[in-house]
Amino acid sequence: MALRQLLRGNEAIAEAAIRAGCMCYFAYPITPQAELLEHMARNMPRLGRTFIQAESEVAAISMVYGAASAGVRTMTSSSSPGISLKQEGISYLAGSNLPSVIVNVVRGGPGLGNIAPSQCDYFQATKGGGHGDYHMIVLGPSTVPEAAQLTTLAFDLADLYRTPVMILADGLLGQMLEPVELPEPIDPASLPRKEWAATGAAGRDPNIILSFDLGPDNLKRMNEALQAKYREIRKREIRYEESDVADADLVIAAYGSTARIAKSALQMARAEGLKVGLFRPITLWPFPYDALRAVADHVDTVLTVEMSAGQMWEDVRLAVAERAKTPFYGEMGGVVPTPRSILNEVRKDAR
Amino acid sequence: MPRGTIVIDAERCKGCGLCIAACPQRVLAFSGSLNASGYDVARMENPEACVGCAFCALTCPDVAITVYREKKNA
Amino acid sequence: MPVDVARMTKVFERPKSLTEARYTYCPGCHHGVITRIIGQTIDELGIAERTVGIAPVGCSVFAYLWYRCDAVQVAHGRASAVATGIKRARPDLVVFSYQGDGDFASIGTAESLHAANRGENITVIFVNNQIYGMTGGEMAPTTLVHQKTTTTPDGRDPATCGYPIRFSEIIATLDAPVYVTRQALYDTRRIQDCTKAVKKAFQNQVDGKGYSLVEILSTCPTNWRMSPTQANEHVANVVTQVFPLGDLVDRG
Ligand SMILES: Cc1ncc(C[n+]2csc(CCOP(=O)(O)OP(=O)(O)O)c2C)c(N)n1
Ligand code: SF4
Ligand code: SF4
Repeated sequence: MALRQLLRGNEAIAEAAIRAGCMCYFAYPITPQAELLEHMARNMPRLGRTFIQAESEVAAISMVYGAASAGVRTMTSSSSPGISLKQEGISYLAGSNLPSVIVNVVRGGPGLGNIAPSQCDYFQATKGGGHGDYHMIVLGPSTVPEAAQLTTLAFDLADLYRTPVMILADGLLGQMLEPVELPEPIDPASLPRKEWAATGAAGRDPNIILSFDLGPDNLKRMNEALQAKYREIRKREIRYEESDVADADLVIAAYGSTARIAKSALQMARAEGLKVGLFRPITLWPFPYDALRAVADHVDTVLTVEMSAGQMWEDVRLAVAERAKTPFYGEMGGVVPTPRSILNEVRKDAR
Repeated sequence: MPRGTIVIDAERCKGCGLCIAACPQRVLAFSGSLNASGYDVARMENPEACVGCAFCALTCPDVAITVYREKKNA
Repeated sequence: MPVDVARMTKVFERPKSLTEARYTYCPGCHHGVITRIIGQTIDELGIAERTVGIAPVGCSVFAYLWYRCDAVQVAHGRASAVATGIKRARPDLVVFSYQGDGDFASIGTAESLHAANRGENITVIFVNNQIYGMTGGEMAPTTLVHQKTTTTPDGRDPATCGYPIRFSEIIATLDAPVYVTRQALYDTRRIQDCTKAVKKAFQNQVDGKGYSLVEILSTCPTNWRMSPTQANEHVANVVTQVFPLGDLVDRG
């Protein structure tokens, strides 16, 4: 029976991962995702699964690379500075076609920044923070229940496309308590066997996991295969949510916690008679360009709101392609926009 | 002394000479003939001195040498 | 008088666990001997069907081509962490990492040390040739004092570059490792000793004993600018003075 529990975002992600059959979890402590690590420390060993507090984020992502090579569901989590250290591993995971889930509970940056909520790692997540021509699927939950759902989805997409998938959360979502309906735990043994994995060459030719080929023609072919996979993902996996866009003059584009705050602003604006809608990308990569463009065709303004200097804003402008005005409202450094501050921007732009 | 012999896979040989130095019986020497990769391959110069000790094969980095020894009561 | 091999016993042949692929190593390079020893060990223990090898970054980056077993190519220095991930995911597999001195004792310092400290039940083959072979002969953490490399053209100056790091000795201070040893390959006796050590390091894992490390003093005739035989003599006479051979830990 599905269980309804009051959980923090960090715990919901951890518990959903366990229920999705995550067998190996590796991470290094960092605020504001410590509860995730702690939940795994308490629960993985008791289930006979692997929890390692790694010596660094570099090591943790490399352990993920190993566990993924051996064909099990595996995850790591961290926050911004730690995710920077994982970029090497993420690039290798993408290049070697290894299914894996990486959680970034984003905090203020750059550098050590602070531990307050932020969305300043959007570029890093969606444009490829590591080296090479790669992408990973990036999912941006905006509520705790959605964080749990998207965690389940992340494992499924990772396996389906043999690719790293990132859950891009923020400190607000990580700490927020909400009732969550958790999915039934799956039996990891019931998952399809990964015929490509390094599990011992018994009765078959050796399987080799690698991202490497010295020959430019061969490496080009490997890259083309990656790009073909990304085209498939773009075709099938784009997800977004629209609220009140049908009659809107102004649509707010926001994701994650910011989208949730924007929803309150939207209600306040509607109460004032302003025709405001919300467009919320759920997959940040692949970004819902076409859907947002369709919205832009019948509104005057697409107002981007982010906890950053305007990172998703670039994708919004690419999507809107001058079909509508594209103002921006952002907060940085851990300052969180309020419904009222967003409403003020809406009033300015709706005029 | 038992009698032995070796077979060197000339295409694997890189002419490093380590087998020549390793052979206690001084059986091996460079042949002076190059393989397809351009290496001066080793060969048995005094085959009758080979005792099949396999020191050359243990030493060969390219695992180019197979070693045979006379069967005891043959 | 020609001999008839058909009437003789084969006393040495290529290990079955080695593929037919020809090594990309330079003439006389010990990487090849080490590869053969590992192949032979896999044969003798009958573990080819459950072994996963880890190919590092370095001259042995192609190691995944040499063995008839599953293999994973990994980022520079991360082999011990990746080995940890594989082994924890599938404890029934036999996992070995193969790492150069730059890989193991420089860029991979943290991963190497902590895998050992956790006592991961893996086998690590640490190839110490005192140089960065693949990138053209730069200084390694193990480079000898006054040794000339492309980045220490006047020789390694300890005042600015420190001293050769004895990483196995550092690992030997830890409580978890069951077997830490330093071996060499400069003559047949050393090759035989090294073969025994490698076998023991794999056997320990098969027996579930824990972390085993075999450091092997290797040669790089190309970047040392020596003939393969001179390189062997250099290991025997000079390198072993800095890196003494023998077991450092044996809790088997
Ligand atoms: C992150 C990263 N930094 C640097 C390199 C370049 N690189 C390739 S091999 C190597 C050194 C390898 O030396 P070692 O581990 O001693 O192995 P050897 O080649 O001597 O066998 C370096 C620095 C790399 N591939 N990745
Ligand atoms: S040791 Fe091997 S590669 Fe070197 S010369 Fe002898 S046969 Fe050739
Ligand atoms: S460069 Fe040195 S270590 Fe690399 S293959 Fe050649 S001899 Fe061996």
